[in-house]
Amino acid sequence: MITVFINGAARQLTHNCSIAAMIEELGYTGKRIALERNGDIVPRSLYAEKTLTDGDKLEIVVAVGGG
Amino acid sequence: MNDPLIIAGKSYSSRLLVGTGKYKDFAETREALDASGAEIVTVAIRRTNLGQNANEPNLLDAVPMSKFTYLPNTAGCYTADDAVRTLRLARELLDGHSLVKLEVLGDPQSLYPNVIETIAAAKTLVAEGFQVMVYTSDDPIIAKQLEDIGCVAIMPLASLIGSGMGILNPWNLQLIMDRVSVPVIVDAGVGTASDAAIAMELGCAGVLMNTAIAGAQRPVLMASAMKKATAAGREAYLAGRMPKKLYSASPSSPTAGIIASVRS
Repeated sequence: MITVFINGAARQLTHNCSIAAMIEELGYTGKRIALERNGDIVPRSLYAEKTLTDGDKLEIVVAVGGG
Repeated sequence: MNDPLIIAGKSYSSRLLVGTGKYKDFAETREALDASGAEIVTVAIRRTNLGQNANEPNLLDAVPMSKFTYLPNTAGCYTADDAVRTLRLARELLDGHSLVKLEVLGDPQSLYPNVIETIAAAKTLVAEGFQVMVYTSDDPIIAKQLEDIGCVAIMPLASLIGSGMGILNPWNLQLIMDRVSVPVIVDAGVGTASDAAIAMELGCAGVLMNTAIAGAQRPVLMASAMKKATAAGREAYLAGRMPKKLYSASPSSPTAGIIASVRS
């Protein structure tokens, strides 16, 4: 198992888990989200091929109402 | 009258830009947006709520990107780095959309802009191909610098964000407009319809507001009022107002042909 931090919260994932698999586990598949790993954008097109590493810091965002 | 607002080469028929925050629900948000006639609407970028059902209604359903031009903002950012990261996320989120609203705040009490961080962020964003509409103070020198960096619209505050205090320093707005050739859009401080009209009468290219509408007792009605005030102020600006003078000495009715007095 590895530990990653999603929006600041620790989460256990299986070794070699892809970003796509994590997105699915979170229920975000097909949703309009954007993702940053350790400060860098990961384009949607790369979710399937990018695997997560222990200690990765992930930010997953959406658009919300704001002024 | 064909009088489009042109930002980064794109024409918009409405000069009123509105925020999508602080409404009761998404239905009210949409109703207010429709009543305002706004085409450009600001949105915030925030972390997904991991505990929440991913199928809950969301802003994109109520305010579709096919009908409105999204203007993702950096509200809540206090450093250039956070603002740049937020807008990179926004561009990924919105399929490469590059028109953004940059705001880097100085402190959480006043929400006054930190112009040093704002300038640093603007340089990075422009270099990365973003079309930056920038919230800033009403300092004409900073406004000019932001234009020189390549920002596509300068958006000075009229008074503090969410204060509803109106146009506190029209003279500085004038100084900015005298120096800047990209659109100058008043962002923040508008409280009621007359404030929007004043901004437009001064010659501003547009007004951006959120709380003035969302914080009204009847937001949808206020949205309609703002639409009219913005349009009315623009027309008055284009019409060119009469000069102010203490005495008229020039009555509106003819001075000849007045009936004679019967008392001699």
